[in-house]
Amino acid sequence: MENLGLFFALLGAALSAGLAGAGSAIGVGIAGRAASGVVTQEPNMFSKVLVLQLLPGTQGIYGLLIAFITLTQIGIMGGDPNISLAKGLLYFAACLPMAIGGLISAIAQGQCSVAAIGLVAKRPDQFGKAMIFPAMVETYAILALLVSILSIFGIVNVPF
Amino acid sequence: MTGAYIDKDYVYAVARIRGAELKLLNQTVMDQLIAARDADECVRLLAEKGWGDEGNTGDASEGMLSREREKMWELIDELVPEKSIFNVFRLSADYNNLKAAIKESVMEYEYPGIYISESTIDPELIRKAVKERDYGALPDSMVEVAREAHEAFLHTGDGQICDIMVDRACLSAILESGKQSKDESLEMYAELTAASADIKVAVRGAQTGKDREFLQKALCECDTLDINALTNAALQGQDAICTYLATTDYADAVEELKKSPTAFERWCDNLVIRRMKPQLYNAFGLGPIAAYILARENEIKSVRIILTGKQNGFSEETIRERVRETYV
Repeated sequence: MENLGLFFALLGAALSAGLAGAGSAIGVGIAGRAASGVVTQEPNMFSKVLVLQLLPGTQGIYGLLIAFITLTQIGIMGGDPNISLAKGLLYFAACLPMAIGGLISAIAQGQCSVAAIGLVAKRPDQFGKAMIFPAMVETYAILALLVSILSIFGIVNVPF
Repeated sequence: MTGAYIDKDYVYAVARIRGAELKLLNQTVMDQLIAARDADECVRLLAEKGWGDEGNTGDASEGMLSREREKMWELIDELVPEKSIFNVFRLSADYNNLKAAIKESVMEYEYPGIYISESTIDPELIRKAVKERDYGALPDSMVEVAREAHEAFLHTGDGQICDIMVDRACLSAILESGKQSKDESLEMYAELTAASADIKVAVRGAQTGKDREFLQKALCECDTLDINALTNAALQGQDAICTYLATTDYADAVEELKKSPTAFERWCDNLVIRRMKPQLYNAFGLGPIAAYILARENEIKSVRIILTGKQNGFSEETIRERVRETYV
């Protein structure tokens, strides 16, 4: 029971990488199906739709980043892995924005990418505009990432 | 959560449809076809657009049109393997084949090319079932109407009675199929098909002085029309039908109806296409696929009108009045 703090911190890191990664997998997967449909009809559209398919993949990377920083901070990657229950819960809470925000924003971005892929299929000259729509969703994944990073680095200064 | 994304949203299919929509004929191409010197030039223009088979310059224009229909259904069958989903579009072929089979059986003569492919039931099965009076071989929904229509034709020798019975059963089947699909666009198509058929029957009935019994047999219950009110109006004449329609969703049709039955038919087709246009911006679901099927059927119909018009020497203006609005 003395390692409960470590357990919660690890749970936070696992959720951050796991949920954000799952969201990205769904997002990239759904966009990939739309991209395959377009490339079946128009093989020369591959490079354009590939970019749009990859956009929902970033949340998975952000989740991994948060998990990595958390693991470093709690000493799992080297150092002293003994942290109090309170600190463990704080790390857990700090990972939540990225875990939840990553999951939902990646799915939403995937759906938006599908629509954008449809746009590019019809009007390849509007690729730039088509990229902006799903990119707008990225804002909220970045905000979640920012809050998680600031929280994790802030926990070091908490006096317990 | 993921199940919904994998099975029901037809993402791949809609993306393929987006690509296929690029090859639909737009208004500019329709104008070019209408302005063409003759039917041969139209066929050449269509061949350039990829119509017919590659390398085939299209000596027989009708062959080109049926090939385009086949190509469309090949694509749809590839994208939506569950064929019954689009039964709403194929059922009319079944009932047309049933009428053909009944007439062939009673006349005891085989007419070539009267059966339509792209149906939900093999035409040969219908032909055999009707010929041998083995109605049990038909789907449940068709058994009763097949028996009744066959017997009615045998006893009265009146082809019209047989036709109205089968047509009404067809509309009921289309409405039922639309409701079962639980897809808004398919339901809308089924409702519009039934309502427009009812209006056409009522107008023709009024013009030919049909009685209440005939109208009640011929008109099919649908949500957007009150069949009793339509029957009463039809008994009073075409003006009464127009007055009644002005109180329904089909108020805009009144003016077209007054012009001619062809103008009304064109209005109905255009209405379906207009209602389907929002599907151009929908990335998920059956809607865009259903809209593509209708758009293809509509453009094939328009091309048939243009070709027939050119072959019969109609003026550009006359042809233009009959050509349907384009989806893209």
